Amino acid sequence: MSQPAADSSATLANRSPRTLWWTKAGMSVLRTLGMILVTMLGLLFVTFIIGRVMPIDPVISIVGERASKEVYDAAFISMGLDKPLLVQFFVYLGDVIQGDFGQSLLNSRPVLDDIKRVFPATLELATLGTIFGVLIGVPLGVISAVKRDSWIDQITRVIALVGYSMPIFWLGLVGLLVFYGVLGWVGGPGRVGIFYVDVVPVVTGMILVDSALDGQWDVFRDALSHIILPAGILGYYSLAYISRMTRSFMLEQLGSEYITTARVKGLSEWAVITRHAFGNIKVQLITVIALSYASLLEGSVLTEIIFAWPGIGSYITTALLSADMNAVLGGTVVIGLVFVCLNVFSDLLYAFFDPRARDNAS
Amino acid sequence: MTRNSSRPLTRRVFFKRSLASLALGAAIGLGGLAEAKTPDNMLVIAHRIDDITTLDPAQSFEFAGSDVIMNVYGKLVNFDPLNLEAGFQPDLAESWEVSEDGLSITFTMREGVNFHSGNPVTADDAAFSLQRVVKLNKTPSFILTQFGFTPENVEETIVADGNTLTITTDKKYATSFVLNCLTATLGGIVEKALVMENEQDGDLGNAWLATNSAGSGAYKVVNWKPSESYTLAANPDFYLGAPSMKRVIVQHIQESATQRLLLEKGDVDIARNLNPEDVAGLEDQESVAVDTDLKGNLMYISFNQKHPQLSNPKVVEALKYLIDYKGMEDSFLKGQWREHQSFLPAGYLGAIDDKPFSYNVEKAKELLAEAGVENLEFEAGVREAQERIEIAQSLQNTFAQAGITMNITIGTGKQILTRYRARELDMYLGAWGPDYPDPQTNAGTFAYNPDNSDEAQATGLLAYRNAWDPGPLTAAVEAAVIEGDTDKRREMYEQMQRDFQAVAPFAIMFQKTAQTARQASVKDFTIGGSVTATAYWPVTK
Repeated sequence: MSQPAADSSATLANRSPRTLWWTKAGMSVLRTLGMILVTMLGLLFVTFIIGRVMPIDPVISIVGERASKEVYDAAFISMGLDKPLLVQFFVYLGDVIQGDFGQSLLNSRPVLDDIKRVFPATLELATLGTIFGVLIGVPLGVISAVKRDSWIDQITRVIALVGYSMPIFWLGLVGLLVFYGVLGWVGGPGRVGIFYVDVVPVVTGMILVDSALDGQWDVFRDALSHIILPAGILGYYSLAYISRMTRSFMLEQLGSEYITTARVKGLSEWAVITRHAFGNIKVQLITVIALSYASLLEGSVLTEIIFAWPGIGSYITTALLSADMNAVLGGTVVIGLVFVCLNVFSDLLYAFFDPRARDNAS
Repeated sequence: MTRNSSRPLTRRVFFKRSLASLALGAAIGLGGLAEAKTPDNMLVIAHRIDDITTLDPAQSFEFAGSDVIMNVYGKLVNFDPLNLEAGFQPDLAESWEVSEDGLSITFTMREGVNFHSGNPVTADDAAFSLQRVVKLNKTPSFILTQFGFTPENVEETIVADGNTLTITTDKKYATSFVLNCLTATLGGIVEKALVMENEQDGDLGNAWLATNSAGSGAYKVVNWKPSESYTLAANPDFYLGAPSMKRVIVQHIQESATQRLLLEKGDVDIARNLNPEDVAGLEDQESVAVDTDLKGNLMYISFNQKHPQLSNPKVVEALKYLIDYKGMEDSFLKGQWREHQSFLPAGYLGAIDDKPFSYNVEKAKELLAEAGVENLEFEAGVREAQERIEIAQSLQNTFAQAGITMNITIGTGKQILTRYRARELDMYLGAWGPDYPDPQTNAGTFAYNPDNSDEAQATGLLAYRNAWDPGPLTAAVEAAVIEGDTDKRREMYEQMQRDFQAVAPFAIMFQKTAQTARQASVKDFTIGGSVTATAYWPVTK
């Protein structure tokens, strides 16, 4: 050990365990950051190119069909469309790196401001939907696996099947008609009733959080009455997926030999199910939940339209239909970032829940 | 294997009780939250407003944006929302005089009108506002620049002097033409000092006015959240009297079914985008009334005069007899489009209601035989919108009754419009909306084409896009634009449309209608017909 280090591995080996841990952790962080960077760059490039080659004219979107040639040309040049495609991309990239997503071509506002307004609305909705999905879907999946082929399993399967096959558009409208129109149990479309529009100061952009922070509980109750139905409907779809996956993961575990061993050892059924079987599906479940959450964050366009929910899904859709490519790109970057962050977060949770992953990391 | 029975059972019971109490709690807790009805002094509207791009009167050129500007800005002249037929009326200008040579109009400003800031509205503000439109050169600016105003001459041609404002055009135009143009959205008078305080990089306040207001109208903008909502607050000092509705909230509700539900629950006072099925569903409701108004848009088909057979007048006439106007109006277009066969929408100066053509296959066959045309086949360009595709399919079917084959090409707006502008389509099916409430807006595009050569590139003119030389109609359009006598001008347009109907390769088919459902208690809500935008200030409930 007293020999001078001849190569880098020997150098590494010579370092104290703490230094080694830091080095590995640092490299891991760098690798993750690199992955995020490459993913985001690729995403930006592909979206940018698709936006430029698709057969919608962004200039006409702004100046209208009947604009004179001078007005059209002025807009064409001011949007930088006269430059080569790659130059346009690098100019855009330079702006994005500085946090400037440009202005929405349609509403003349900075895209970032729009995203700050619409993303929290979706985040709030998707988070609540996922909470519903997890709180109900996971126990339902576990119970139906434990009580395989019993009536409760059959019901769970029907619930999941309906959830998979029912168009969200229809379910949303029927839900509105029944719970808002007929029963009057919940608030109507929109995030809050007209009396509470702009009452709460914006901190996070999520009305439930902001009203709670401000201590305005009547606004909180009103916002809750508005979000409960769309979140419930999104949660239902999430539930259908999560319960099916939980059931199949659990069945796989319950059929394993170690479960039989545990039972033979005289462990209570509760302990067998919760500690042993469920303990082993946590990592898989994290992936399922993260995927479901991400899909609610980007894919709830129809729910947003029916419930007049000003979220990022309908924002991107409207922008796309109007050829507002700055807005589309900005929205796509945010959704892409969310996916990447959820991925990283799931990886961290793996390390937390799975001893093998933890050992690997350390 | 034995089961430890006590714990699961306890848990199960606990679980069931928890669920039951949760459900009950939710029912009680949320049940009490059903919303109250809208207050008596507040107007809540469900509307599609995602087309608003800016609130700057010099730039706004969309329907929903015009509604905001109509209520926020005064204009020199404007329509009386409750008497649209009367035409333009004095607004911020109390009166006007036309110079002897017909080139200048001098407006005398109304005294005692203030901006929302409390500052008086002056002739200087009015001059600045109109000059600003020309200098900014945004899309709608052509409505003013067609009178010869340019960024270079506008300081001399639009001049304030004390309490008067004089505008001088490059040649003599009909006064009604100029004044009608000033009722358009771009005629909104902004407060010069406030706008210039917020100028950025020489933009004459364009960026600031996109989201703020500096007007003197019945309402001021509280906020606008794109594709979400806008809120207006009443101006208590509005010169026509403080509006009854102290606050107007317009929410963007995309879905017709959602709009209807909100209306039925009383959470909105007005639903503006109901589809025919939802309108029909409201028929039995006593608390709800439905108004039908004509808008300015026209649906038409046109035939390229470069086509060897479509340029035959007999063939064009035959095709006009092969359109099932009534059949379409009464079926899939019900409540959305009304039969209309002339190029000026009902409500415009000089509009006529003549309908010389009706669905008549025999007549069409006779005309085709006279023309000696058999086995006619051509391509029709249609943009991918449901109702246009349905109209195209109806036409395809009725044309086939006379042995004509129409091949439909469906494309995006860009694809179809590009080919239409390049005069490449045999037939075009599309809609046309007037730009400003004067007959010239449509006459100048349907019936005007001074140079029909390919080199002219007058792609903005519909006659040009169809390679049609309107002959004497071009001169008639030019004459009507400078006719000072309004009654005579009206007659000129009436005649022009009859001539057009007889010879033009255009078949105007329908005029847009809008159905607005409102609580029966809401009175005097008007969407401005075919000539102007929605006014909130007369509304009571």
